[in-house]
Amino acid sequence: MKPPAFKYLAPTTVDEAVAYLAEYGYDAKPLAGGQSLIPTMNFRLAQPAVLVDLNRVQELSYIRPAEDGGVLIGAMTRHVQVERSDLVAQRLPLLHETVPFIAHPQIRNRGTYGGSISHADPAAELPAITVAHRGRVQLRSTRGSRWVPAEEFFLGLFTTALEPDEMVVEIALPALPPRTGWAFDEFSRRHGDFALVGVAAAVTLSAQGRVDEVRLVFMGVGDRPMTSAAAPAVLVGQEPSDEALEEAAQRAAQEDIDPFGDVHASAAFRRHLASVLAKRVLTRAVERAQAR
Amino acid sequence: MAGRYFGQPIRRNEDPALLTGQALFTDDVHLPGMVHVAFLRSDYAHARIRSIDVSRALERPGVIGVYTAEDLGDYWQPGPLLVPPPPVEDIIFHQRTQVPLAKGKVRHVGEPVVMVVAESRYIAEDALEDIFVDYEPLPPVVDIEKALEPDAPLVHEDLGTNLAARVVQRKGDYEAAKAKADVVISRRFYYDHGLAAAMENRGIVAHWDPKMQYMTIWDTTQAPVVIRNGLARMLGLSESQVRVIAPFIGGAFGPKIMMFYPEEVLIPWLSLKLKRPVKWIEDRRENFFATTHERYQVHYAEIALTRDGRILGVKDRFYHDTGAYDPYGLTVPINSQCTLLGPYDIPAYHSEMNVVFTNKTIVTPYRGAGRQHGVFVMERLLDIAAKELGIDRTEIRRRNFIPPDKFPYNNEVIYQDFVPLVYDSGNYEPALELAKKLIDYDRFLKEEQPRLRAEGKHVGLGIVAYVEGTGIGPYEGARVQVETTGKVNVATGVGTQGQSHFTSFAQIVAEQLDVDVRNIRVVTGDTAEFHWGTGTFASRGAVVAGNAIHAAAKKVREKVLQKASEEFGVPPEELELRNGYVYTQDGRSISLADLAVKANPLRGAVKPGTEPGLEATMYFGPERGATASGVHAMIVEVDPELMDVKIRKYVVVHDCGKVINPLVVEGQIHGGVAQGVGNSFYEEIVYNEDGQLLTASFMDYLLPTAMEVPPIEVGHVETPSPWNELGTKGAGEAGAIPTAAAFVQAVEDALADYDLEILEAPLSPNRLFELLKEAKQKKEG
Ligand SMILES: Cc1cc2nc3c(=O)[nH]c(=O)nc-3n(C[C@H](O)[C@H](O)[C@H](O)COP(=O)(O)OP(=O)(O)OC[C@H]3O[C@@H](n4cnc5c(N)ncnc54)[C@H](O)[C@@H]3O)c2cc1C
Repeated sequence: MKPPAFKYLAPTTVDEAVAYLAEYGYDAKPLAGGQSLIPTMNFRLAQPAVLVDLNRVQELSYIRPAEDGGVLIGAMTRHVQVERSDLVAQRLPLLHETVPFIAHPQIRNRGTYGGSISHADPAAELPAITVAHRGRVQLRSTRGSRWVPAEEFFLGLFTTALEPDEMVVEIALPALPPRTGWAFDEFSRRHGDFALVGVAAAVTLSAQGRVDEVRLVFMGVGDRPMTSAAAPAVLVGQEPSDEALEEAAQRAAQEDIDPFGDVHASAAFRRHLASVLAKRVLTRAVERAQAR
Repeated sequence: MAGRYFGQPIRRNEDPALLTGQALFTDDVHLPGMVHVAFLRSDYAHARIRSIDVSRALERPGVIGVYTAEDLGDYWQPGPLLVPPPPVEDIIFHQRTQVPLAKGKVRHVGEPVVMVVAESRYIAEDALEDIFVDYEPLPPVVDIEKALEPDAPLVHEDLGTNLAARVVQRKGDYEAAKAKADVVISRRFYYDHGLAAAMENRGIVAHWDPKMQYMTIWDTTQAPVVIRNGLARMLGLSESQVRVIAPFIGGAFGPKIMMFYPEEVLIPWLSLKLKRPVKWIEDRRENFFATTHERYQVHYAEIALTRDGRILGVKDRFYHDTGAYDPYGLTVPINSQCTLLGPYDIPAYHSEMNVVFTNKTIVTPYRGAGRQHGVFVMERLLDIAAKELGIDRTEIRRRNFIPPDKFPYNNEVIYQDFVPLVYDSGNYEPALELAKKLIDYDRFLKEEQPRLRAEGKHVGLGIVAYVEGTGIGPYEGARVQVETTGKVNVATGVGTQGQSHFTSFAQIVAEQLDVDVRNIRVVTGDTAEFHWGTGTFASRGAVVAGNAIHAAAKKVREKVLQKASEEFGVPPEELELRNGYVYTQDGRSISLADLAVKANPLRGAVKPGTEPGLEATMYFGPERGATASGVHAMIVEVDPELMDVKIRKYVVVHDCGKVINPLVVEGQIHGGVAQGVGNSFYEEIVYNEDGQLLTASFMDYLLPTAMEVPPIEVGHVETPSPWNELGTKGAGEAGAIPTAAAFVQAVEDALADYDLEILEAPLSPNRLFELLKEAKQKKEG
């Protein structure tokens, strides 16, 4: 479990980092917290010839208020910083609720927001939350910078819209609309494991208490974060009754996900879990929306 | 009961070094000029090797050598049969032991095929990618029952069958017993025990010093003496030229008593050849394939009872997966066969064991060593019987316990030590009563459970009993010496892998010599210090080595008193040993250190026949093992939507005879229970139909963490073993043995409204989902 030899570069600015990426292209990989990349290198599943270590690029580590009421997060911000940020707790309660589900404290001390979404593990929390929040991802290369909506950033299993010479520099997460409740829940085999299934919900109610908008995003049951189309179809314009939420959860788990089976859970069990968890988070999100 | 030292909760001597990172583990050995080995291992479960091309690897800078089976010449030999088959009539046993490097054919994924030695492990691993092996894949043998079908592919073609062994053992006349029975219950059981996953993987450093003509080997083995003797013989050296050190070891749990692993044979050979120190440290990925497993058995078991729940007889036919080779003989399945009988008075028993070769990693004992399987079958049979007869599950057990006046109790079946399994002593009912009290059995069932059920919670209780044969022979030895420094030296041949030997062995000596435990230096597992003994296995350290140490310490005590008697002119009976001094009744005293100086005079004459020093070497070989016992109980809560199970409470009542150090025993139990919890709900070795191991990392092989292991309450019952002077029984494996049986019973109880009958372990959320679905379908009809 030793990686093959590689070249190691340690830029201190984004400009320097993207210059290296432009120079080495496909052969290079940015190194963020290393919590996913280093194990894959030790298993020799990834064999990058060049590592561009972002850990000295200080300008990428921050959590800032955005003018639209949301939050801007630098790519090298550690999970633990997000977890403990008051700004995140106030403005992005859904994210705040979710971060403790990521792995263990030791891993949250190292792992980064940018690393997690670039890695694009379909069972990871941050990709799903970024989608649930209708977040946007800012990519940089020597060619310039561009913003990609989260829904378009995640393309498939471990696959994103990143070009080989590009890197993630910032994530913009808008605040949830008023009268919106949120909830996140997941089921994992052990405390801190990647979840078998996770679900994030954000439900906006009208002044009359009917459902105005629903975001229901699944993780672990497809090749990327899966946004439910059925849940809004069932719920928007309706009273959020228990039966309606049940129907939304059931239909979402039938229509909107594409679970796979492995040693931990069959596809059928994942689908079952998705419906149970979807019902639970929808219920809690509605309760929170009603309390606001 | 307890002495000044023996029986006291004394803090561990070894902890300061371990906790400050000062303890030497095999990977800490760094020697000038040391080279590193990596192995190319088979990716196939079963394949013929057409050819191997290592030429590109040899060209890689930093590579020193590349070896295949052909390059080993006469040194290439199948390993020895470590445990011969037991003397049972009409036994079938086919010996097929592992080889250093695969020749002609590979028989399991991870079997070593090529050895690369290089200036660093990195380079060695790079070179593995340069090697090309041309394999012709063969159909693999994976399922143990299908393996015995006539057209099954063969793991060892020359045998003409995959049956490695068949052993039938009998006690009484089962068919006659059955004819008298009011109820007969038969079921098929599946029990899978995982792999040890010790924190430290295996490792070996061999250093042949050509000028000294001396080989030093650091090996993560549980049996350094046996390794030394075997290697000396294989390498053509004198035993006195080989020193094997088993340093601190980060857990072993059984697989490190297996020998000789291919790497153990090859690394010293390579050092001799290259005249350089050679290191191989198993990485975690290798550990999953190359260190032995325990795995699964299938039992077809039947129990015959009277209406009032008395067992008349038990019949069992079972299949055991031994993997590609069987160097450890039949220890695991024999343990299953014998331990199934448990603490119960069973007049008739008929058990047929079938051991099957498969294209999988070798199976050898892992903590519990097959006992889990037997206990699970028996306890489940009793649970089902209790339900069917309308008898409380603890009552049916109580009624069948061997009564205290029936000991020694002969089970009339041959155990792993080749003699009939006779229980030395036991007192099972008090343990059951104590466990019921600690888990609050009656109140839970009468008040707590109904109340929680009314709240919609699914809570259940599990309670099971078991025995554990421990402390078997043949023998161990020890040398105890009072030094002129006043410190006491203890050396024994067994290795240590976390059992607290440095403390509990010191306590045994302290009890005799009355010296501070911290002034007693215990050396285990270094053949230069003590070269007789067999090893640490079968929960035998405290019994066998412990009693040898006790005997040697007593002898030294006699010598101390004798010497002091000569000094003071006072009879030994009138002397007292206290805090490192010998006192006379009139207040004179001498330290042990000064006595040791006097016992080793440098000038003058001594009486003929005088032995120098205050030292003694003694051996202990029990005729039979000592049988420990206990009861585990737990309360679980099941979420029948998420299929999650949380253990809310866990109680162990344990009887390991005389306790040397209660902290140590409780630590052993806690660790065992943690592994039992893993075996109940988290850990599972999964092979697919191609013989590929699907759970080959800690992402997929789920060890329970501190978050999954509940707090454990331990109660002690002490029934000393009459067959050794200390009265000790082993405590090493007990924590791990009955956990899954209790867990499954508790889950069934929690899901009582679903009418589940669970006949397998481990469970998992996914498996519970399937079982509940089946139960619902059955109910609906
Ligand atoms: C035991 C364990 C348990 C875990 N459990 C969970 C869990 O439950 N949930 C979960 O979500 N995660 C889990 N993780 C993963 C963890 O959260 C990782 O930190 C995260 O997925 C990757 O972040 P990183 O900063 O470590 O990235 P790295 O490992 O450094 O990099 C990951 C990938 O992203 C690329 N990359 C990194 N930064 C950038 C960037 N700015 N721009 C472009 N590409 C970039 C790298 O080149 C690499 O390909 C676990 C990890 C471990 C070891």
